[in-house]
Amino acid sequence: MSTFKNADGKKILLKMVKAIQDNKAYLGEVDGLIGDGDHGMNMNKGFSVFESRFADKEFSFTEGLEELGMILLNEIGGSMGPIYGTILMEMAEAGEDLEEISLADFGNMLSAGLTGLCGIVDAKVGDKTLVDALSPAADVIRSSAAEGKDYREALPAMKKAAEAGRDSTKDMVAKFGRSSRLGERSRGVLDAGATSCSIILTAMADGIEEVIA
Amino acid sequence: MQRIFNDADDIVDEMLKGFLKTHSDIVVKTDNPRVVRAVKAPVDRVGVVTGGGSGHKPAFIGYVGENLCDAVAVGEICSSPTAAAFLDAFKAADGGKGVACLYGNYSGDNMNVKMAVKMAKKAGLEVKTVVANDDVASAPKDQREKRRGVAGEVLMWKVGGAKAAKGATLDEVIAAAQKAIDNTRSVGIGLTPCTLPAVGHPNFEIKDGTMEVGIGHHGEPGIEVCALETAAQMAKRMVDVVVPDYPFVAGDEVVVLVSGLGATPIMELYVLYDEIDRLLTEKGIKTHRSYVGNYFTSLEMMGATLTMMKVDEELKELIDLPANSMGLKQF
Repeated sequence: MSTFKNADGKKILLKMVKAIQDNKAYLGEVDGLIGDGDHGMNMNKGFSVFESRFADKEFSFTEGLEELGMILLNEIGGSMGPIYGTILMEMAEAGEDLEEISLADFGNMLSAGLTGLCGIVDAKVGDKTLVDALSPAADVIRSSAAEGKDYREALPAMKKAAEAGRDSTKDMVAKFGRSSRLGERSRGVLDAGATSCSIILTAMADGIEEVIA
Repeated sequence: MQRIFNDADDIVDEMLKGFLKTHSDIVVKTDNPRVVRAVKAPVDRVGVVTGGGSGHKPAFIGYVGENLCDAVAVGEICSSPTAAAFLDAFKAADGGKGVACLYGNYSGDNMNVKMAVKMAKKAGLEVKTVVANDDVASAPKDQREKRRGVAGEVLMWKVGGAKAAKGATLDEVIAAAQKAIDNTRSVGIGLTPCTLPAVGHPNFEIKDGTMEVGIGHHGEPGIEVCALETAAQMAKRMVDVVVPDYPFVAGDEVVVLVSGLGATPIMELYVLYDEIDRLLTEKGIKTHRSYVGNYFTSLEMMGATLTMMKVDEELKELIDLPANSMGLKQF
């Protein structure tokens, strides 16, 4: 069964940072279609603050998630501060005692993030939010672990699930958040949160692929 | 983009520096760089707090002052302040009788305020909230809880701040602010889009010669895009959205607030107000007091909002109380 060392997590976090930085303008554009266009800017600010504070320090995967989550929650605000802050900090808490993170552990961490999120917002799958990307990604990891698969099989499936989840938001009508005020006018556009969530999950998977034993 | 700033990422912090220098007779900084307090902190009375994203000047910081809000949490442009900033604003406004947090209905603000109220409770500080939802165009009447807060928030702060200044209890302040917003309806018309400095180009489009009825303060699309109209026609369109929704009827006394969205010349707001007043007078609705100017803007968007609040004796007294802040001076 494949695992990765929690202590090797820095590479994963920095990949997530780079992915958000690379997609700053794209996320702004997606958000601007039915939101206020600040999503790329705010995410980039939070992730870049993390980078500038921790790039020359050593930290584990869960420590990095915790610190990034704290920065988003305490310094960025907006909607995405509390949303991503909660997800990342809950993931960190679920895995903080682990030296080796197995696929099952990783599934538990993603589930913990999702559960934490549901504690502050009522959004569920189908509401055109980042839950549409996060939930299927967590499901794939959990079911892969249950079937005895390893990271090499599960991570590509997780990326696909997150992307498919993101794409599914295009035909949805927003039921939660700012775009929910638009009703039918929100149809035909990707959800910005699901888009950034898919980017983060994909970068996380890419990073894990590089450090798995 | 024809704008004035250094680095777009620093614009809010640099704005705050300038604001604090200019208005040092009204506001002071606190330990949290994103929290500003009125010079005179509440003592032995309810504190009033608000907060929200930046780019709406004078809102939100411009309504911190005498007989208005006591502290404000400042967010990034069009983005909610953090829960930590709201919590620190509660602490800054704590005069020993609890804190009323009066803010607008946006998902980010809702989440951050909710988390901050929880943290305040743990710290032994009682905070109660009123969420403004005066924007008629943002959801149908049977889903009022989904409506956004817009310029009606100014009247909510005026009423809540005045009630607190008079020494009312937390529950009384909350009840007065809730009554104010429940009696208030707004609608906006956008003529041009706005640009976040960090983005560099408009995030949405309003074609020349058209206007968007019901536009939000962050450019959230409205209910209808139509050909640009005269001031008289715009006034009628706004009155026709706002008046039947409450509904305001003959014999009602109201406060009317016409706010520019940032880049509309103020003289045009008076042209619009004159038309609105004519329509209200025709309907037998009496204006107790009116405000015309840039009270709640949206960066450099062109356009205006109309806000009406039905007033009774209590609201009239609270609205008429003098106030001194950057955004509202009333003597």
